[in-house]
Amino acid sequence: MSSEPAISQKDWRDDIFAALKAAEIRQVGYVPDAGHSRLIERCVADPDIRAVSLTSEEEGMALAAGAWLGGQRAALLMQSSGVGNCINMLSLTKSCRFPMTIIVTMRGEWAEFNPWQVPMGTTTQAALELMDVLVYRVEQPADVGETVAAALDITFNGGPVTAVLLSQRLIGAKRWVK
Amino acid sequence: MSRTNDPRLERRAAMRTLLADRGDMLVVTGLGSTTYDAAAAGDDDRNFYLWGAMGGANMIGLGLAIAQPNRRVLVVTGDGEVLMGLGTLATIGVQRPPNLAIAIFDNAHYAETGMQPSHTGNGVDLCGVARSCGIEAVYDIAGPDALQEFAARLRSFDRTMVARVAIQADEPPRVLPTRDGVLLKTRFRRALGLE
Repeated sequence: MSSEPAISQKDWRDDIFAALKAAEIRQVGYVPDAGHSRLIERCVADPDIRAVSLTSEEEGMALAAGAWLGGQRAALLMQSSGVGNCINMLSLTKSCRFPMTIIVTMRGEWAEFNPWQVPMGTTTQAALELMDVLVYRVEQPADVGETVAAALDITFNGGPVTAVLLSQRLIGAKRWVK
Repeated sequence: MSRTNDPRLERRAAMRTLLADRGDMLVVTGLGSTTYDAAAAGDDDRNFYLWGAMGGANMIGLGLAIAQPNRRVLVVTGDGEVLMGLGTLATIGVQRPPNLAIAIFDNAHYAETGMQPSHTGNGVDLCGVARSCGIEAVYDIAGPDALQEFAARLRSFDRTMVARVAIQADEPPRVLPTRDGVLLKTRFRRALGLE
């Protein structure tokens, strides 16, 4: 198990949560992830958000589609490796033009200890773009909140599925040695 | 295939039984034959048919059931479709929305691709999986009386239900609803007053 990187006073994870709330996101599908752990905790604790723990990220695509069919907005939280699990399920969002925003913590790109994370981490953006997902990449903490807000705006105004990639340098490389 | 002595249900009749007196129930069907079965029972704006996204039917039902807590949601899908998304039963077993029912039409074959055998004909028990995932209301339906009982339960239920419906491995003539995903989505939402 990894430890969470130190959290500064003004934390960009809380900016993501604020953007989700401002966009009236009511369902959040997630696969447990160290980089998203604080955000997941806030979603679980919020009475107006149904946080749904998934066994695999592709479940989240279908969850978000069902949410939209029923009149609710959904966002998904996952790690870059999970993007690879979603590719065929993105045919659902693409064929039906379901809106959703995917927030991805990146692995395999910056000071990565585990080389098995590299193949998917280095192809995450290209894989999403092949399926016509509009991808934003964030490197600076100050840019996180407004980027997530912009992505949510575009998708729920009738645009494509959006993804925000939170760079590994931003998150902090996973600590393997105490 | 001779069906004279086959005790299993005929899939079109089974679908008609489930959807008779559906009231305001919302319906999601899985890729392949269950989509044709629902269309054959009578197209309806409140049917969301999958033409792809194999393994996703149960999760669409979950998202929909959470979003519409005052409406009953029925997913009807096949054994192969559920096997591809077996983890969905675990996720639904944790969430257990009281307004979600899943009926799995189990013919132990992949009808869409040429009737290759599926795992359910080789010992995999989907009712056992559902129970192990924490779903308490699980029904193994082998005949018309049990199906009628389940159809009656569908009219008013207050906990997540999963039914495995043993059906014949046949392929009735296909009845094809529209494949336009945007149309299927928009008409469904319009029927709910969302568009």
